[in-house]
Amino acid sequence: MEKEDQINLHGMWGSTFTKRVELALKLKGIPYEYIEEDLSYKSQLVLKYNPVHKKLPILVHNGKPIIESLIILEYIDETWKNAPRFLPDDPYERAKIRFWLFEGVGRVVTTDGEAQEKATNDLFEKLKVLEEGMREFFPGGSPTPSINGENMGLLDILMCTLFGPYKIHEEVVGIKMIDPERNPLLSSWLMALTEQPVMKEIKPPHEKLLALVHFIRQNALQSSVP
Amino acid sequence: MEVVKLIGTWPSPFSYRVIWALKLKGIPYEYIEEDLSNKSPMLLQYNPLHKKIPVLVHGGKPICESAVILQYIEDVWPQNPLLPNDPHERAVARFWVHFAENKVRCIWRLFRTTGGEEQEKAKKESMEMLRALEEHGLRDKKFFGGDKIGIADIAFGQVAHWLEMIEDLVGVKLIEAHTFPHLHAWTKNFKQVPIIKENLPDFGEMLMYFKKARDNFLASRGPGM
Repeated sequence: MEKEDQINLHGMWGSTFTKRVELALKLKGIPYEYIEEDLSYKSQLVLKYNPVHKKLPILVHNGKPIIESLIILEYIDETWKNAPRFLPDDPYERAKIRFWLFEGVGRVVTTDGEAQEKATNDLFEKLKVLEEGMREFFPGGSPTPSINGENMGLLDILMCTLFGPYKIHEEVVGIKMIDPERNPLLSSWLMALTEQPVMKEIKPPHEKLLALVHFIRQNALQSSVP
Repeated sequence: MEVVKLIGTWPSPFSYRVIWALKLKGIPYEYIEEDLSNKSPMLLQYNPLHKKIPVLVHGGKPICESAVILQYIEDVWPQNPLLPNDPHERAVARFWVHFAENKVRCIWRLFRTTGGEEQEKAKKESMEMLRALEEHGLRDKKFFGGDKIGIADIAFGQVAHWLEMIEDLVGVKLIEAHTFPHLHAWTKNFKQVPIIKENLPDFGEMLMYFKKARDNFLASRGPGM
């Protein structure tokens, strides 16, 4: 008889890093227990499981902690080999995806004035590069809800958790970040992704997330005042 | 087997990560020294986004970013594995590679300082980073990989060889036997591993190269900083 797996996810409801892991667990059909952690008061467990960074999310599998969202995703993919597979089998294809995971997003939300202008320009540059780079993953030109055509993979998960809440960010800062004209491929890919039932399942309530992003922005702006 | 080429530069620790991985697995490759002050059309073709080294070219296909290259090499040539078998231990090794990518750059910030608050800040960050390695990464193991070197040891190669050069140039000592006993021993043990020992840039030449680079950088910044 198989020993029952105990899987706990320590996370924060508004964090895209936590969402990535939730998405991955749900896509694989892995039952887990979710524990909401308060970022302002790090529980003993968080300090024990992630002594180096003291951050979330943390996946605990049969008592063993795994940290950093992208590492957790790879761990999940390697441990539960059922579909969907997050990374392709071919080493070169895997390397291409891992390369794109290095590209980050930016600080449009937490800045204003000149700093925001710079962050916005950086973001548009990155989106332009991402748009170009993603073309090779969608040779047909039209987006399907995933890179490998069938299921959601690592890049899909990353895309929709990074940019999924973009409408909320746009609402908070009043800047259109993902413009269908400037980034047709990314726009249609994102729209297709956010329509997936599993995405709707994990999406936090609109008003609640809007309030959180406002709060983060206010905090960041206040703490940067000299 | 398809041809393997490595485009790198001799003073770069990132170049060496790939060299160590290839040599540890016994993979024959052609090494191409790149002149970063005059980037070759080949580099611009293979890494148009960042125009950086190292780039591994396997059967004509380029792979960029040393951490991605290490993982690629492991995927294609599983002999003498750099990653453990156990999924949890693999996740731990990957965590330290990620840490090496993000947190070790503070030693290069230190490299660029001459004194004052800027140097104190860089020194403090570097010490914290080393403390994390000592207490959480290495603990009482001989190598990050356990009894043998693994992907994390390779990722931290900078700390074993290049940091000493930075310490000499900046005049700051970070790793000492009494403050970081395990890490101190690791820097020696790592460099004793035959493949590593045979594949390190000459310390004196490296010191000269980086001294010149540092002098140029400080001169271009101007006085009063």
